[in-house]
Amino acid sequence: MANHSSATHVQHHFVDSEQQFDSAKMGMWIFLVTEVLFFGGLFAAYIIYRAWYPELFTLASEELNTLWGGVNTIVLIGSSLTVAMAIKSAQLNQIRNISINLGITIALACVFMVIKYFEYTHKFHLGIFPGEFYTYEGINHPKANIFFSLYYLMTGLHGIHVLVGIGLMIWLLIKASKGAFNSEYYTPVEITGLYWHLVDIIWIFLFPLFYLID
Amino acid sequence: MATAEASSGSTKKLQVRRYKPEERAEKNYLNAEKGIWSWLTTLDHKRIGLLYLAGISLFFAVGGILALLVRMELWTPGPTLGFLTADGYNQLFTLHGAIMIFLFLVPSVPAVLGNFVMPIQIGAKDVAFPRLNLMSWYLYMAGALGTIYVIIAGGIDTGWTFYTPYSSSTGGAVTAMTFGVFIIGFSSILTGVNFITTIHKMRAPGLTWGKLPLFCWGLYATSIIQILATPVLAITLLLVGMERILGIGIFDPALGGDPVLYQHFFWFYSHPAVYIMIVPGFGIVSEVVSTFSKKTVFGYWAIALSSLAIAFIGFLVWGHHMFTSGQASLASTVFSFLTFLVGIPTGIKMFNWLATMHKGSIALKTPLLYVLGFFFLFLIGGLTGIVLATIALDIHLHDTYYVVAHFHFVMVGGMVMALLAGLHYWWPKMFGKMYNETLAKIAAGLILLGFNVTFLPQFVMGAQGMPRRYYNYLEQFTYYHQVSTVGAFILGAGFLLVLGYLVHSLFRGKKAGANPWGSRAMEWQIASPAPPHNFEHTPVVIHGPYDYHRPMEDFQLGLIQSENGHSEHQGAEIASDTDEVKAEE
Repeated sequence: MANHSSATHVQHHFVDSEQQFDSAKMGMWIFLVTEVLFFGGLFAAYIIYRAWYPELFTLASEELNTLWGGVNTIVLIGSSLTVAMAIKSAQLNQIRNISINLGITIALACVFMVIKYFEYTHKFHLGIFPGEFYTYEGINHPKANIFFSLYYLMTGLHGIHVLVGIGLMIWLLIKASKGAFNSEYYTPVEITGLYWHLVDIIWIFLFPLFYLID
Repeated sequence: MATAEASSGSTKKLQVRRYKPEERAEKNYLNAEKGIWSWLTTLDHKRIGLLYLAGISLFFAVGGILALLVRMELWTPGPTLGFLTADGYNQLFTLHGAIMIFLFLVPSVPAVLGNFVMPIQIGAKDVAFPRLNLMSWYLYMAGALGTIYVIIAGGIDTGWTFYTPYSSSTGGAVTAMTFGVFIIGFSSILTGVNFITTIHKMRAPGLTWGKLPLFCWGLYATSIIQILATPVLAITLLLVGMERILGIGIFDPALGGDPVLYQHFFWFYSHPAVYIMIVPGFGIVSEVVSTFSKKTVFGYWAIALSSLAIAFIGFLVWGHHMFTSGQASLASTVFSFLTFLVGIPTGIKMFNWLATMHKGSIALKTPLLYVLGFFFLFLIGGLTGIVLATIALDIHLHDTYYVVAHFHFVMVGGMVMALLAGLHYWWPKMFGKMYNETLAKIAAGLILLGFNVTFLPQFVMGAQGMPRRYYNYLEQFTYYHQVSTVGAFILGAGFLLVLGYLVHSLFRGKKAGANPWGSRAMEWQIASPAPPHNFEHTPVVIHGPYDYHRPMEDFQLGLIQSENGHSEHQGAEIASDTDEVKAEE
């Protein structure tokens, strides 16, 4: 790769553009490791409770709407594709396509959150709240509240990550529309894309673990 | 040697020449910009290190005063201090523990000395992500504010371990405290991400992994623990908070949860966390021992890799905190065995340090004095750790003063001694001033004496059955408690003396030269105090940082600048008179 040390986007403490890009990418990968460990605690709790009460998980997962969960899975995988296309557009210096692909990604992420909103409100309506506020009587199991505590915690934390991703991509969209990214410099797009893939992967695990039991 | 030739992997030849550090630099990082605002918005890793130093010193003082109050209360059985009830006492020791661990020990060496020294040691102008670095300081301060809020809002009395179900059902400001620690955790994670990336990507040409200073190796191992363990603490504390707000019932047996699960989660972080606290200290010891023995470190790779080994094994031993929690006996046996294993890399380090000193040209300056204290105290701390890892003994000693004494020998005797060694060692580089050597030695003596008087009796008490965290105790322990309290005040006086002469040195101290210790490491090859961007040139490394058989000139090389002020080095192969090195991996 050519040496772009005189380019304006290189911060003073880096030798060249390549070092800056590699550092940013590596930093994001390490951050993603911490995210995996962060969710890992919740997955560990899930595994333990599922091992202790397998029948609870079969019973309670029937309350979750597999159709809308499936739609959301497709929506998120689609958004991963479009964010990857945004990065590719940047690499190919197709400035306009960066914004278009980012826009589609944001729209898909919003669709995901809207579907999630309807899923949550439907359950609240039935009295399915987390923990001690749980009042639903349709599941004949004394620990049904714990299943839904895990459900709300894990999907809720994932939802917060989706919201953060939407925020980041709106910021990218604003910068992209000002022409900040091109084939020479697209580091923020690349590392936000990495983050977005992780958010997607976590959902790919959450969906079968909660919706597709039995 | 004025210049040497270096040929890159392909065809181009790069010129290196000697850059002798200025002894009296006018412009440095301290006076480059003025005003409080320039400090609060600084992206300079050295200034951020000092911001951390200010925060950490403050909380060390607060935690220390709390400890003195605890020791005063224990002067006699029953109530001693008129204003302190048993509940107040519970809050005191909880806050002492939480402040000392989360606000002092965890961030101390990486955030203060690591931030200041590591980028210079690897020949970089800054850490990889300066803005993230500043953000971690603000997160640290935000978490600290949370702790101050806790003190005002009624305190907490759960102990620093926040065990459920007590922590999920008791009153007080547990939610605020766990939230504060949650935020500090992110500060720690971001520092870890930053350091790993910096050490991987920002090293100067020629600085291979085999020439990386051992302090950087220590920080690297620490950062790995920080990024792998801290997120688990974060999620655990989030669950405790949710337990209190929503009653999610994961940990609370009254809601169908499992309190032992909490202990597993908590110690999965908190055991590696003690290595977060001690491993960077090991790095300081390696630097100091080599510099003041004027000798190449004995067993460089053994010391470097044993840090990684400790980091790795440290993840597999958390169950030794739970021998009395109803854990399966097979699990306890395995955890006990794995805990013994930690002794091996730690022992390797000890022997290598001693071998480094053997037949060295030893200058018994203050930093080395603290390191000798470290050897003595950490040895006791480590060996009593082996005692506690033995299941049968642990059943007897669990939750007694023996554990308290062990922990303080490792953390204060190990970590704080190493921190003081490092602080004295790098003080001239930080401020360009020398402290008073005589007073420093007296203070080191006071601290060493006070520490032993405080904590040695606690081993005896603990073995005789004195439980930890008790407000009241049997008559028979009065003597030991009183000796311990006297020791605590000697220790306190020692720390006050350190504060006194260090502050004095800032205003009246003798000016320090660029390299007062005659070290070969890179941070001593620039002016004191350090210039704003560390290096005006791109430094080139040909010899390891402990090659004392080489003349100083060989450690002051840098690339001759290209026209645009930057120099290429990717994949460059640099050759000096006799040695050849490959840059990057």
